[in-house]
Amino acid sequence: MILLEYAVLFIVLAPFIGGLLAGIDRKLTARMQGRVGPPILQPFYDVGKLFQKEQIVVTPSQHFYVLSYLVFIVASGALFFAGGDLLLVIFAFTLAHIFLVLGAYSSYSPYSFIGAERELIQIIAYEPMIILAAVGMYMVTKSFFVWEIMTSSLPLILYLPGVFLGFLMVLTIKLRKSPFDLSTSHHAHQEIVKGVTTEFSGPMLARVEIAHWYENVFLLGFIYLFFAWNPLVGIIAIIVAYLLEILIDNTFSRATWKFTLKSAWIIAGMMGLVNLGVLYYLSGVVPV
Amino acid sequence: MITLPFLVLFPAVIAILLLLVSADAWRRLVVKAGALIIGIASLYLLFITPETGPGFFPVEFDSISELMFLAEMVIAAFLVYLGIKYKKYLAIFLVVAQAALLVYYESLAATGTHIVPNLFIDQFSLILALIIGIIGSLICVYALGYMATYQEHHPEVRDRRRTFFFLMFFFLSSMFGLVFSDFLPWVFFFWELTTLCSFLLIGYSGTGEAINNAFLALNMNLLGGIAFVGALLYLAFVSPGGELLNISTLIHSGHMVALVPAVLIAFAGITKAALMPFSAWLVGAMVAPTPVSALLHSSTMVKAGVYIIVRFAPVLTGTMEGLIIGLIGGFTFLLASAIAISQSNAKKVLAYSTIANLGLIVACAGVGTYKLVWAAILLIIFHAIAKSLLFLCVGTVEHRIGSKDIEDMTGLIVRMPHVAVMMFIGIAGMFLAPFGMLISKWAAIEAFIEAQFGLIFVAILAFGGSITVFFWSKWMGKIISVCPVAAKVENRIPQEKWIALSLLTAMTVFICLAFPLISSYLIEPFVLSVYGATTRLSQDNVTIMVMMLFLLMIMPFSLLWFRKEKNIVPPYMAGRPATPDLHFLGSMGVTRQVTLGNYYLEEVFGEKRLFMAGTALCFGLILLVGTLTAGVAL
Repeated sequence: MILLEYAVLFIVLAPFIGGLLAGIDRKLTARMQGRVGPPILQPFYDVGKLFQKEQIVVTPSQHFYVLSYLVFIVASGALFFAGGDLLLVIFAFTLAHIFLVLGAYSSYSPYSFIGAERELIQIIAYEPMIILAAVGMYMVTKSFFVWEIMTSSLPLILYLPGVFLGFLMVLTIKLRKSPFDLSTSHHAHQEIVKGVTTEFSGPMLARVEIAHWYENVFLLGFIYLFFAWNPLVGIIAIIVAYLLEILIDNTFSRATWKFTLKSAWIIAGMMGLVNLGVLYYLSGVVPV
Repeated sequence: MITLPFLVLFPAVIAILLLLVSADAWRRLVVKAGALIIGIASLYLLFITPETGPGFFPVEFDSISELMFLAEMVIAAFLVYLGIKYKKYLAIFLVVAQAALLVYYESLAATGTHIVPNLFIDQFSLILALIIGIIGSLICVYALGYMATYQEHHPEVRDRRRTFFFLMFFFLSSMFGLVFSDFLPWVFFFWELTTLCSFLLIGYSGTGEAINNAFLALNMNLLGGIAFVGALLYLAFVSPGGELLNISTLIHSGHMVALVPAVLIAFAGITKAALMPFSAWLVGAMVAPTPVSALLHSSTMVKAGVYIIVRFAPVLTGTMEGLIIGLIGGFTFLLASAIAISQSNAKKVLAYSTIANLGLIVACAGVGTYKLVWAAILLIIFHAIAKSLLFLCVGTVEHRIGSKDIEDMTGLIVRMPHVAVMMFIGIAGMFLAPFGMLISKWAAIEAFIEAQFGLIFVAILAFGGSITVFFWSKWMGKIISVCPVAAKVENRIPQEKWIALSLLTAMTVFICLAFPLISSYLIEPFVLSVYGATTRLSQDNVTIMVMMLFLLMIMPFSLLWFRKEKNIVPPYMAGRPATPDLHFLGSMGVTRQVTLGNYYLEEVFGEKRLFMAGTALCFGLILLVGTLTAGVAL
């Protein structure tokens, strides 16, 4: 059962929610650092201004990759909110990210090249945990389809606490938050300039930014799945999780790629796999 | 039905013809005509394969088994001769051991009643036959162009192209024999022929390295061959009448009798499919000319190994032995993928990726539920097409830029646009949604969750799958970097190469669109006839994947719109004065040019370390399965 109306709602509303989220994020970050911070709507002004800038490129093919990145992020997010197969959603997201990485590679620029390599390391760091999260949801609800997971009356979080913690860890990578903002960062200063996005400018950069908003809304939707049995708890959980991410962002310094990869995999193994193993064992003892 | 014997014999006839023809023009004609006929004949099989269950075709020729035995002895003598010539005593020992066991088996079988051996075809044989007949013969066509250039570039290698093409076609012949044979001693005969062909092809260039690697391949495959004869001997003991020597009866005879031969044959399959600890031979086989690698990796040799294991999956499923064989496959998948990250030689990356995917197929077949067998067959199909395309692309690039190192492929999209796009599609076919390999991995994850102890395999797939993303993407990134200093060198590529490359590229894309049909007409009937149950992807998902594929095919047209981009600037160089061809003033007043190199993460994913770990782990598992099986046998 694919619910098209939710997909359309996502496509229309997600940029607004995502932009607003970015604005709140910046405001809170500023307050944590003792600054006043920009207005909440600042991200929209920024993107609007980017669209008015003159486009310059290193190679025209960058356009193709960035547009594909945006299109596939939107498509896979829409598939998620329409209730599609969770694994297919994850694979489609990987496809979208590969386009971003290829866009960075295509310019043959030193900074975006290193950014691309680091982005790939980030992908292999977080992907196993996300797949394990989907597998965990399947083990509890017996379905990979998001709409079935959504309508399940089981409190997933109680079955999957370890998987949830592991997911929060990789969420930090996905949201491009410090200490795992290796490939590109929201903060102004980074040792590799702007990493993957170094060579994107003007309207092209605006597309990357909008894709990132879409992606963040998808990730929050993923958190919601753990709490879907009770919408109120779900929304509170999303807010708490996001606040936690902002706090982490402002308290840790950037990690190395090796630390990122190792810690993400160890957490996926310790939290995710052990949780699933226990669930697997218990499902033989008590019917889930 | 004449087609089955025709497909077994016709490539052999072409092979002998090629041995006699020395003029290049004639060779071209014979190879192309032969490839065309083999391709058409394999397509014709689509019409004669029964819709349910296998179709048997008795062979009306009495002394064929005796002839095969004679041929096996001649081959053994030939190998002993080569072993003495190159002072490879281990190989001699293995050949003699295998021949002695075989003679013993013949003496047992001669006393028993004789059954009439059949050729047979079912959907699984048909799939393999299509792969051999279409992809295999395309590779032979490609080899025409490749070998001409190869001999020009390597004047030190003696021009033995007649032998080369003889072996290539003979290889196809023995593969057809292998997938059409129901009678295990026949399967073994063709099995040994593929070992022989690969041995001779790997050693083609005659350098010390090639000879050593050829003997490495020979030794490992002979080890598997000995296990195979062991299975024959065991069966000759338990069923003196010889009924169980047919695969079709054996797999339905229950775990009790079939398990021991199944494990022995699976071991032979593991050596042939180059899983750890036997992966070294396939990596070593990279010294051979590229069409040989393409043939070994996609349509022959290693596919024979996984073919036989998938055949015996119904016996292995649900047993401890099957699970351990699955684990050997699973660990091979994980570790070989990880090693591929640290490799910069394109052919070695392809080799490790092949080993990894074969491991995954064996993992599916070892655990062996019907859903996993479905996924395994899908993997075999997709892998064959995409991998042959990639090898042929690398071979083409190698001849134009003089290197098969990925680091030297920077900006291939500028230097060889067409080949680069084909390579891009091939790589996408190996790991990206919605292309084939990913569909099969996805199906495998879903199937493993429900299998016993499946969680281990799900974890292996989750980690191994993301590792593959890394090494493929960085390779893709290299070829699509638009390097400002590159000159276009995409000329003087022979027509034969273009034919093979374009057809394989088209097939890589087409197969993704056609896979629901392939699944419902070929794979599902086979799985249904063996297991009584079958599986498929849900209709919703198929629809979404097709939509994704169309979206992917539309996206490149956006380049037409963006092509008119006027404001092209050089990349950001941290404010240093830089020329348009990326020379900049470095420290100490030295002018340098920008060079960008991929990450290989040697410290984490180094070949030596992981290879040792994989060998130890998988060797231990093989010992374990050996002990368990010995327990069953005694």
